[in-house]
Amino acid sequence: MFANLSRNDWLLFLGFSLVVLISPWTLTPFGAGYPALLQKFCIFGIFALGFNILFGLTGYLSFGHAAFLGVGSYAAVWSFKLFTMNVVPSVIFGIAAAGLFAVVIGFISLRRSGIYFSILTLAFAQMSYNLAYSVLTPITNGETGLQLTLNDPRIIDNAFAAPGAGLPQTNLFGIDMSGYPGFYFCAGALIICFFLTMRIFRSPFGMMLRAIKSNQNRMRYTGFNTKPYLLTAFVISGMYAGLAGSLMAATDPLAGAERMQWTASGEVVLMTILGGVGTLVGPVLGAGVIKYFENIFSSFNEGTLHATFAFLPDGLETVAVKLAGLFVGDGWHLTLGVIFMLIVIFLPGGIMEGIARLAKLAGVKRKSSRAELSAGSAQPAE
Amino acid sequence: MSTQNMVLNVADVSKSFGGLKALSDVDLQIEEGTVHAIIGPNGAGKSTLLNVCIGRITPDTGHVIFDGEVLDSHQPHEINQLGVSRVFQTPEIFADLSLLDNVMIPAFARRDGAFRFNAIQAVSGQADIREEAEAVLRDVGLHEQRHALAGSLSRGDKRRLEMGMCLIQRPKLLLLDEPTAGMSRHDTNMTIDLLKRLKQRGMTKVIIEHDMHVVFSLADRISVLAQGRIIAEGSPEEVRADPKVKEAYLGESEQ
Amino acid sequence: MDAIIIQILNGLDKGAAYALIALGLTLVFGTLGVVNFAHGALFMLGAFCAVSFNALLTWPIQPPKAEGQLFAPKAIPFMEHQFGELGAAIVNWSVPLSILIAIPVMLAIGLIMERGLIRHFYKRPHADQILVTFGMAIVVQEIVKKIFGANPIPQSAPDIFNGTANIAAWLGMTDAFIVYPWWRLIYFVFAAAVIGAVFAFLNFTTYGMVVRAGMRDRETVGLLGIDIEKRFTVVFGIAAVVAGLAGVMYTPILPPDYHIGMDFLVLSFVVVVVGGMGSLSGAVLAGFLLGILQSFASMNEVKSIFPGIDQIIIYLIAVIILLTMPRGLMGRAGVMED
Repeated sequence: MFANLSRNDWLLFLGFSLVVLISPWTLTPFGAGYPALLQKFCIFGIFALGFNILFGLTGYLSFGHAAFLGVGSYAAVWSFKLFTMNVVPSVIFGIAAAGLFAVVIGFISLRRSGIYFSILTLAFAQMSYNLAYSVLTPITNGETGLQLTLNDPRIIDNAFAAPGAGLPQTNLFGIDMSGYPGFYFCAGALIICFFLTMRIFRSPFGMMLRAIKSNQNRMRYTGFNTKPYLLTAFVISGMYAGLAGSLMAATDPLAGAERMQWTASGEVVLMTILGGVGTLVGPVLGAGVIKYFENIFSSFNEGTLHATFAFLPDGLETVAVKLAGLFVGDGWHLTLGVIFMLIVIFLPGGIMEGIARLAKLAGVKRKSSRAELSAGSAQPAE
Repeated sequence: MSTQNMVLNVADVSKSFGGLKALSDVDLQIEEGTVHAIIGPNGAGKSTLLNVCIGRITPDTGHVIFDGEVLDSHQPHEINQLGVSRVFQTPEIFADLSLLDNVMIPAFARRDGAFRFNAIQAVSGQADIREEAEAVLRDVGLHEQRHALAGSLSRGDKRRLEMGMCLIQRPKLLLLDEPTAGMSRHDTNMTIDLLKRLKQRGMTKVIIEHDMHVVFSLADRISVLAQGRIIAEGSPEEVRADPKVKEAYLGESEQ
Repeated sequence: MDAIIIQILNGLDKGAAYALIALGLTLVFGTLGVVNFAHGALFMLGAFCAVSFNALLTWPIQPPKAEGQLFAPKAIPFMEHQFGELGAAIVNWSVPLSILIAIPVMLAIGLIMERGLIRHFYKRPHADQILVTFGMAIVVQEIVKKIFGANPIPQSAPDIFNGTANIAAWLGMTDAFIVYPWWRLIYFVFAAAVIGAVFAFLNFTTYGMVVRAGMRDRETVGLLGIDIEKRFTVVFGIAAVVAGLAGVMYTPILPPDYHIGMDFLVLSFVVVVVGGMGSLSGAVLAGFLLGILQSFASMNEVKSIFPGIDQIIIYLIAVIILLTMPRGLMGRAGVMED
C-alpha cells in the first residue's frame, strides 16, 4: 500500500498534511482561523478532490454531484437519529449510501458520454432534489430539513446510558465534535482522501482513466472494457461526495435538500476548475479559495467598507464604498462571477497553472510534481 | 490450405448501408504466419471488411471466425483480448499522454485483461512493462522522444507509434489499414523493414494498402476487393497476371 | 376529452417559452459550436426590457401643489401626464410595445457579447465555454439584482387581453367547458410566429441557407470565400433577440425576477438535449412536448397515481429519451459526444 510512492510524492503528501494541520494558526491572520470555516475548507476540499477523480481523470463532466453530497448528509443524520451520536458509523453510512446511489446513477448515466452524460446526471440530481421536497418528505423532512429530535430512538446510545435532557452533541467515542476537534476530524478525513487520491493518480487504474479521457475508442480497440473503469471512477467520486456530506452532518447534525440543487453541483465544478482540473492539489485549493472569499466577502457590510476606505478623502470614500459595495455582502456572487470569467479567460488551467507560470517566471524550472509540491507547501492549502 | 492453421476465416459476410452494398458474400481465409494484403479501388469495401473483423460493424449475414471463435456478438475489447489488434487509417492514439504511456497502456491490457481495479500499485513500480515499452519504442524508432506528448508527433510518427501500441500486445493477428499512407519514401521503407522483421517473428498480418511497392514487397497472398466482392485471390505473381484485376483495379488507379 | 384539451393548452405557453429559448441555444450551438450558459440571462434581460420600459412610461410626475391644498396631489405616470388618454393607453400596452425596444437592445447585447467574449472561445473546449458563459450569466444576473432588487416585478397584459377565451365554443363543443387566458393564447401564437420567422429566414433566404450550410460543414463554406464568421455573429444576435422576445412576452404570465433566466436555462438545456444537439426542429418539438407533458403531470388524477411526478416529469422524460434514443429526438451522430 505504501510502496512505490516516489520521494517527491511523499514530500508532497507530508507537506500537504502539515499545511492542513497547522492551518488554524497560519490562517488566523487572514481571518479564517476558526473551526467552522476551517472545516468547511476540509469538507469542500474532499468534495472537490472526489469530483476531480471523475472529471479530471476521465473528462466526464457530472452536473449532478451534489446529489451524492445530499444523500451522504441524510444517511449520516439518520445514523445519528436511529443508532448513535458517534460520527464513525454516520460517516460509514454516508459513504455507503452515496456509493450505492452512485452505482445506480452511474450505471445508467454512463451509457452516454459528452453533454448527454452531463444532462443525465443533472436530471437525476434535480429529480432527487425535487423528490426530497415532495414525495420523500418522510425520509428528508421536506423543506424543514432533517434534524435531531428529542424522541429519536438512538438505540445504541440509549442502551448504554439514559438520554440526557436536550439534544445530544455528535461525538467521536466521547470527544465532542464541536469546535476544533470537529475540524481535526475533518482534516484527518481530508488527509486520508488526499493520500488515496494520490495513489489513484499514480496507479495503473488512474493511467487508464486518463487514457479513456484522451481516446476512449482506442481504449476499446486496445482490449479494455471502459465501462467498469468509468463506473468505478464515478462511484469513488460519489463516495468522496458522500463523505463530504456526512462530515457536514457530523459537524452540524442537519440535512436539507438545498445541498442537492444544481447550483451546488455547479459550485464543485467551479472549485475544481478554479484550482486546476486534473491536478492533485488544485481542487482543494479551489475549494479553499472559493469558501474563503465567500465567507470574507459576504460578511462585509457598509460599515466595514467605510472603515476600510476611511483613509480616502470624503468624496472618494463614498464612491469607493459604493463601488466596492457592489461586490461584497449580497454582491458576493457578482465577485464570484467576475473571478470565474477572469480565470477561464486568462488562466484556463486554474490556480495551479498560474503557480506553474509564476515558477517559470522566477526561473525555477521544475518537474510538474515538484511544482505541485511547492504549491502545496507555499500556499495555504486547506 | 488446411483449415487447421487458419487464423481468420471470414465466411459469406455481407453488409449494406442503406441501399448501398458494401460487402457481398465475402469469403476470406487468412493463414497463420502470413502477410495477407487486401487491395482494391476506393470504396471497394476494404475498411468495412476490417471493421467487421474488429467488431466495429456487425455483418448482416455471414460470420467472422477468429482462432476457432465466432465473433458475431463480441464487443471490440473482447475481440482484442482474443488477439486481434488494429492500426487505423487515421492514427488512433492517446494524444494527451506521453509516448511511453501510449505503449505501456496496451501492455496493461494484455497483462491485466479488460478490467482490473489496480489502484494500489504505482505505474512507476511496473518495471517489466516499462522495459518492454521502451524496447518496442526502440523497435519503431521513437525511443528518443519517449517523454514527448503523442499529439505532438508528425503523422507518420503517430502511425508508427500506433504500430508499436499494437505490437506490444503481441497479437495473433495484426490488421493494418494503409500503414504507409501519407508517409515519406524514407519512412515507408522503414515501415516495410519493420513489418518484415515482424514477419520473421511469425505474426499474422492483414494489410490494406494502396502503395503497390509496399504490397509486393511484403505480401504472401493478395485478395482483390472490388465493389464489395472478392474478384481475385492468389500469390502476388498470380494477382499481377490476372486480367480481371487489371481491369477493375489497376485501370481505375490510373485515372 | 375536455380535460385533455385543457392540459394541452396549459402546456402550450410554457412549452412555447422552452421552445423559443431552446431554439436560440441550438442556433448558437449549431453555428458557433458554443454551449451558451448565458442564454437564460438573455431571456431574463428581455423580461427586464419590458420592466424598464414600463417603469419609464410610468415615471411618476408630481403635479404642482395647488393653492389651498393640504396634501400634494397623487403622482401621475409620466405618459398620462404628458399625453392624457393616449398616454394611459400606451402604458396599458407597454408589454407588447416593449418588443420594439427589446429588438434593438437585445440585438446590441447579443452582438457585443459575441464580439467581446464568445468569439474568443470558439476553439476552446466545451467545458471552458460552459464555464465562461456561466460566469457571465452570474454577473448579468447579479447586476440586474442590484438594479431591480430581488423581488419579482409583476407586469400586466393590456386590459383587452384580460379574461379568457372560450375554446370549447370555438371547437363547437357545446357541453364542454374549456377556457384559456387570452394572453397565454397570444403568447403561443406569438411564439409560433417567431419560430416560423426564424425557420423562414433559415430556409428561404440565401443568407439563411449559407448559415445552414455553415452549420453542416463550416470549413467548406469558409472555402467558398464566404465570411461565415460575420454571419454567425448575426445569428448570435438573432438568438439573443429570440430569447429576449420570449422573455418580454412572458412577463405577464410569470413576474420576472433576476433568476428567472437560470430557472429556464436548466430546463431549456434538457429540452435542447432531448431534441438532439444541433437540431432546430428537434428543439422546438421537444420544447412543446415537455411543456405539455409537464402540464399533464400536474393533473391531480396523475399525481394520485404517481406522487411527485409533476416535480420530475421533465427530467424523467429526458432520462428515458436519452437512454432509448442515443442522440435525442432528432440529433445527428457525433455531436458533442467527446
